[in-house]
Amino acid sequence: MKNAVGRDIPEYLLVNGKEVYQGKNYMDGKYLQKAAPRTRRYEAPQESKLVDSIRAALEQCGAKSGMTFSFHHHLRDGDFVVNQVMKVAIEEMGLEDITIAASSLGNAHDPIANYIEQGKVVGIQTSGIRGRMGEVVSAGKLKTPAIIRSHGGRPRAIEGGEVHIDIAFIAAPTSDCVGNCRGIGGKSNCGSMGYAMTDAKYADHVVVVTDCLVDFPNMPASVEAIDVDAVVVVDSIGNPKKIASAAARISQNPRDLMMAENVAKVIAATPWFKDGFSFQTGVGGPSLAANLFLEKYMDERGIKMGWAIGGICGPMVELLKKGKVGKVIDVQDFDLDAVNSINQTPGHYEMSASQYANPANKGAFVNKLDFVVLAALEIDTGFNVNVLTGSDGVLRGAPGGHPDTAAGSKVCIIVTPLTRGRMATVCEHVVTVTTPGDCVDVLVTDYGIAVNPLRPDLIECLDKAGIPHVTIESLKEKAYSLVGRPDDLEWEDKVVAVLEARDGTILDVVRKIKPYTLPED
Amino acid sequence: MEILKPAMAGTLESSDAQVTVEPMDGGIQLSLQSSVMNQYGRQIRETVLETLDRLEVKNAKVTVVDKGALDCTLKARVECAVFRSCGQSAANIPWGGAVR
Repeated sequence: MKNAVGRDIPEYLLVNGKEVYQGKNYMDGKYLQKAAPRTRRYEAPQESKLVDSIRAALEQCGAKSGMTFSFHHHLRDGDFVVNQVMKVAIEEMGLEDITIAASSLGNAHDPIANYIEQGKVVGIQTSGIRGRMGEVVSAGKLKTPAIIRSHGGRPRAIEGGEVHIDIAFIAAPTSDCVGNCRGIGGKSNCGSMGYAMTDAKYADHVVVVTDCLVDFPNMPASVEAIDVDAVVVVDSIGNPKKIASAAARISQNPRDLMMAENVAKVIAATPWFKDGFSFQTGVGGPSLAANLFLEKYMDERGIKMGWAIGGICGPMVELLKKGKVGKVIDVQDFDLDAVNSINQTPGHYEMSASQYANPANKGAFVNKLDFVVLAALEIDTGFNVNVLTGSDGVLRGAPGGHPDTAAGSKVCIIVTPLTRGRMATVCEHVVTVTTPGDCVDVLVTDYGIAVNPLRPDLIECLDKAGIPHVTIESLKEKAYSLVGRPDDLEWEDKVVAVLEARDGTILDVVRKIKPYTLPED
Repeated sequence: MEILKPAMAGTLESSDAQVTVEPMDGGIQLSLQSSVMNQYGRQIRETVLETLDRLEVKNAKVTVVDKGALDCTLKARVECAVFRSCGQSAANIPWGGAVR
């Protein structure tokens, strides 16, 4: 069945109430029955929940084949916990048919690809999928289609029972002996632990894995001991160098800076750019640089930013310290400046993924967002964005908070160069729709600005401010005139990944890519 | 033109292509790798073969390792490799003739 972004969704996926994507806010006002976990009572007082090994923790939680294990990705490409736990479960304990439900997975998790090939890991539910895992899933080696969700879609699915987590593993930079966890104070700090919070509340069992045991009570706790079954101390939960970069540097690339300046111009031309406005930006070159130019306009108009959310990095903390933003609410940290600031700098708070972006709760932060500035691998003439699949059709990205912030915000600006190497970023049809075009408002490229025709109000704002803009079709043609018109990718029928819209409807599917052979003359 | 000795042009940097030509009898044997194979493999092959044809190269083993180069870059790398292979790259390049 064709959905609202024109993608053909196979009927066999539309079971158990699953629907195709119908457009934004389709689920508004509907009711959700939340699922409750079945948890063990620890009535007799326990001095400590420390166990000797990951295996002991798994055994205590009744780990068996067929279970779903959850993980969170605050340790990013430095994470050791997923691989450590899966190695014990599969190689030592011989478990099979395991589903991994992670907030995201990355290049650090290449070893999991082997377990997929061996048929031991049979399900993957995640935002990001990259590296070898992306390749083996794209090659159709995972037993069931991977389920890709946004950062807001994940807590929705967990709370609604679409994902039932048997054991949640919390990678904790610090924990006390009963499982109060924090993202700071240890040797592998990640700052916010926002993505782990829903897991801890909705999993049947919760295991804390830490490399820094601290005195009880470890407060204020991001994950609370009341939800934790066992605490394991390991040598290392991650490589600090890959968890947080030293500092997210603002790009010096003149093309990035030009685009960033145009992003700021567009923002400053809208009625929402007034004292107390709210803002989120990605950490890509031009998105991050937009901070710099925005500050200039704020100073000129004598206004301040009310609050900022998101994955947080140094430049935003800097604005907070200068008093130019009132509050920063943080679900994940990207660099050490942000890690070292959370809960330390007044006004820098932690939030859960649900609080950040869940479309099924009673009002996530994204719903109050004025502006979001995001990147894209591809954007098509329907303003649909792809941030998941490469131009060869292989899984190598993550929707992350992209669809959530785009849908919630008043103005969603995509900033991207028109071409990258030989790839046309602005194209006729994106490989995979990860953010639907009805949520995307403005496109800023190095060859011009385009406004979604669904937003005549923004077109008027830009015209009044004298900001030139063109149609997205003309940008696409410009791109193709530079790099040539690409041939269509060729797919097999087999679906290797299902891309859920943030509301749980099916936005797109990724099929197995046909091995490419040059056609003969 | 006749390919007299093995020659190479270009790099493996992003947006470039490395082209190698070697003497071989019996027509053109092209081996192509590309980071954008699925979408542009066909067009890259056409560009390379057209360029060889324009330079009247009838016999050669040609290896292209493409990293997302534009057509203009591909043409320039093929031309350069061919001229190097027959010792013409320092002088006698047919500017405005076969090279345009």
